[in-house]
Amino acid sequence: MCLSIPAKVLEINGEVAKVTLGGTEYNASLQLVEDVKIGDYVLIHTGFAIQKLSEKEAQETLKLFNEFEELNKQLDEEEEKTGKRIA
Amino acid sequence: MKFIDEFRNKEKAKKIVRAIENISTKEIKLMEVCGGHTMSIQKFGIPSLLPPQIELLSGPGCPVCVTDRKYIDQAIAYARLDNVIITTFGDLIRVPGSSSSLDNEKAKGRSIKIVYSILDALKIAKENPTKKVIFLAIGFETTVPGTAAGVITAAKENVDNFYVFSSHKVMPPAMNALIDEGVKINGYIGPGHVSTITGTGIYSGLAENFNVGCVISGFEPLDLLQSIYMLVKQFEEKNPKVEIQYKRAVKVEGNIKAKEMMYDVFEYRDDWWRGLGTLANSGLGISKKYAKFDAERKFDVEVEKTKEDKGCICGEILKGLKSPKDCSLFANVCDPSNPVGACMVSNEGACHAFYKYNRE
Ligand code: SF4
Ligand code: SF4
Repeated sequence: MCLSIPAKVLEINGEVAKVTLGGTEYNASLQLVEDVKIGDYVLIHTGFAIQKLSEKEAQETLKLFNEFEELNKQLDEEEEKTGKRIA
Repeated sequence: MKFIDEFRNKEKAKKIVRAIENISTKEIKLMEVCGGHTMSIQKFGIPSLLPPQIELLSGPGCPVCVTDRKYIDQAIAYARLDNVIITTFGDLIRVPGSSSSLDNEKAKGRSIKIVYSILDALKIAKENPTKKVIFLAIGFETTVPGTAAGVITAAKENVDNFYVFSSHKVMPPAMNALIDEGVKINGYIGPGHVSTITGTGIYSGLAENFNVGCVISGFEPLDLLQSIYMLVKQFEEKNPKVEIQYKRAVKVEGNIKAKEMMYDVFEYRDDWWRGLGTLANSGLGISKKYAKFDAERKFDVEVEKTKEDKGCICGEILKGLKSPKDCSLFANVCDPSNPVGACMVSNEGACHAFYKYNRE
């Protein structure tokens, strides 16, 4: 029951936002959040926006995933040197 | 950036798995305490990607699952009152009570309406001024602020036929209780959406008192794998702490505005959890200030004596001690179309998720 889903804010009328979620439009209350603007992504939970999503932080997390890529490369190189399968 | 697809890349997933294999040397048990995580973990087949020494346990994370049978019985008693409309989230309606369910009562002609939001319930109250509208409020910290906003709105707009029957619960006492009870857990996959509201402070006792780390995780496969990596790393380095993987949604301080509204409308009380029993200060009741919206203060009903089903092991499953496949009723007597226990009702319930994605 309590899944929360990212949705994009299309319109803001007072304390209500029109948001879109995979093409479907909903109204969501903005009573619980501050400083939401058109174009922002918010998490929607039981009809309320509960938090603004940060694009900057999302990019940072994606960058961390690239570090795993680096690590894999290192493991590959080690494997080549030693001839042993690593992890 | 759509905040979904970016976190679902298969190639990247494989690379994180390899990194996990590379650092993991010891047996480790990690528990997720959010039904949303339970569902994602099953859906994306995460356990089968992990090396065998890493075991994932499902905890008491689905609000439908942990809700007391007595609560359902009391809601049914309210539904049988004259001139009452019960409004509820869809999942609750099929949870078995001691001798009936809300679904059953609805079939018998009681007025029970499914809503998506408390604001819909409030609307129903305004449209039916001669009726009393009771909203069944369940859920953890993610859901509580919404209920609070609904009550505050009702107060502002002087809606005087609107009541809330709260079974709201808070997560940390359950997380502590499991460890206290001796369930072996080496790290928690922290509930992402609860934490958007609470922030990280509520988990600090885990590392300090129990040596158990907690990584607050997002819900996509890469999120979960990265969180598992972080927990394994903490464990191998003997450095348990609270970390946020789900940084795009969770801030250290949480959602301050939502928290303020939550503590305006609610106050702590002891509460009963399926599987865990009564936990001190683990539930939220309506505060004195908003007493006139409290269904429990307003309606006096006779509630039948609680009867639990024989054979259902939901309680053990919620503690991570047993798996759905250990239940003799699983997939023969009990399935999503005929749930015997609460864990089979909600999409986020361990038995339901297991039934859907992992039956063989
Ligand atoms: S989103 Fe929150 S309330 Fe829903 S299952 Fe997860 S932790 Fe529980
Ligand atoms: S399978 Fe059904 S009866 Fe068994 S524990 Fe799960 S919900 Fe209860």
